[in-house]
Amino acid sequence: MITPAVPKSWYLPSKPHKFCPGCGHGIVLKALGETIDELEIQDKTIFGCDIGCSLLSWDFFACDSTQTHHGRTTPVMVGIKRARPELITIGYMGDGGGYSIGSQHLLNAAVRNENVTLILVNNTNYGMTGGQMAPTTLPGQKTETTPYGRDPELTGYPTRGPEFLTELTPEGAYIARATVSKYKQLRRFLRNALRNQMEGNGFSFVEVLSTCPTNWRTNAQQTWRFLEDEMEPYFPVGELKSPFGKGGDK
Amino acid sequence: MQANVKVVGDTKKSFLTGNEAVTWAALAAGAEMMFGYPITPQNEVMHYWTRLAPKYGRGFLQTEDEISAGFTVCGAVQAGTKAFTATAGPGNVLMQEPFGMAEAMRLPLFAVIQQRGGPSSGTVIYSQQEVALTTYGGNGEGHRIVYSTATHQEIYDYTIKGFNTAWKYRFPTFLLGDGYQAKMREPLEMYDPEERGIEIVPTYPLLGLEGHIGENREPQHLCNIYSLEEELYDVVLRFAEEYEKISPELIEYKENQCDDADIIILSHGVVSRAADDAVKALRAQGIKAGSFRPITLRPFPQAQLREAIAKSGAKKMLIAESAYGQLDRLTKQEIYGETIKIENLFKPGVGIIDYDIINKIKSML
Repeated sequence: MITPAVPKSWYLPSKPHKFCPGCGHGIVLKALGETIDELEIQDKTIFGCDIGCSLLSWDFFACDSTQTHHGRTTPVMVGIKRARPELITIGYMGDGGGYSIGSQHLLNAAVRNENVTLILVNNTNYGMTGGQMAPTTLPGQKTETTPYGRDPELTGYPTRGPEFLTELTPEGAYIARATVSKYKQLRRFLRNALRNQMEGNGFSFVEVLSTCPTNWRTNAQQTWRFLEDEMEPYFPVGELKSPFGKGGDK
Repeated sequence: MQANVKVVGDTKKSFLTGNEAVTWAALAAGAEMMFGYPITPQNEVMHYWTRLAPKYGRGFLQTEDEISAGFTVCGAVQAGTKAFTATAGPGNVLMQEPFGMAEAMRLPLFAVIQQRGGPSSGTVIYSQQEVALTTYGGNGEGHRIVYSTATHQEIYDYTIKGFNTAWKYRFPTFLLGDGYQAKMREPLEMYDPEERGIEIVPTYPLLGLEGHIGENREPQHLCNIYSLEEELYDVVLRFAEEYEKISPELIEYKENQCDDADIIILSHGVVSRAADDAVKALRAQGIKAGSFRPITLRPFPQAQLREAIAKSGAKKMLIAESAYGQLDRLTKQEIYGETIKIENLFKPGVGIIDYDIINKIKSML
């Protein structure tokens, strides 16, 4: 049997992980693990996850970890960082926690340029609770609470988080949107987001477009097609704000 | 941080508001961070803290709301920092979510609650209507420690004690005051806790520990959600057992002339001062009244109250509170089975003076 190479910062007793087959969380967490290894910050990283599917990562890393709910991972990370600035705080949450129920925390942490790194996984629905509409659900997309498709007349248009956070944050903040379909770019953005915190520049945020075949009710091909053909055009991938400038992130 | 600098040197008589007393006591207790959000009547805790804290190297953050204030405290204490918050009324409602997290993860959270009128926005002035919320709020079992103060001296004493209790036992701990205590001035003695022989319980981190993971230490995985019913069941039962075990060390109460009392007045917080005055006046008139006051509302001094009833042989008890039966319900569940006749003086959101109690007692005889 061939054992695949796994990041040093992964917590092996909790593997194989608990995410559904085809879920994008595993890819994001692999990229994050490799980044933690590369930056050699495992011992001083505090990983905080939220409720929902992101919760399943509570014992994912061999890093000190904590867990809460309702997007309150943001203030918990802020409290830790303010108490112990030498620690590297990584908040990990879904689109519901970050953009809906905990949006006031996200917005105000950004305005205050809190020196924390937040990673928000956008899979266009509330996965753990059974596939309801999220702030990021696309127009026309069917979910359990929009069984006839999301009607923007009734429920508005999908939230574009990195775009509004770019407006809210001062210089020094790092704001990007990545996708699990472009792994090397995802790695680069996560590295920049953590580097930014390590350098004390301020707020760092990466939204990652991800997949949810269970709730999308899609097969492998349809899953990838939805990510690349439906989500990526609506949620453009790239760095929206970076203190490192173009080419400064090599 | 200069947490070791003596904040209060020699013991001094002071004339302060309750909110100011909270701040001085928190500084003297070595609190390092306050996270807060404006709400009356606790605002001056923040106002004094923001003026004094920088002089002693302590931190402050005004958060976006009370939810965030509570959760930043949860984060800071996990990192090993002595942090606290203060709130009231609708802010106390919002903080039930982080208080629940502190209960579930056994975090040494300390919060000052200055009760205002309710429900909802209510009044900004005074009440005793946050008893139920502070003792048993949230989707849990009320594994909390709640001190109800009656004087400014007690605010000072129990703020210091509150931090120690939180860090010693790791159950969320509350000082339950009210708008009268928060805003009014009264004399008290400020002192350095260590000069009085009060040992300050040391803090320690739950996250961000020393050492290298995989070499000389394990990663810490803190969590407050469980996959299986039985996992949660075991956790809650363990908490209940520990809470019950430490309760005898924590319970505090004051009993005044209950030994031969025909009638016992039960109250807490500032109302107990009116009750003590009423006892004095009633005794002068030949009426054998006594008073009993739980200082800890959680854990409640139920055995001590039962004993006071038993030894006095009192046939009647008056429960007086500035709420519509919150102390009454709490007491009745604690002394279930007692046959003493209970009457009430409920003045929700309104102060109670000795005269109110004296009149009520006379109507009961």
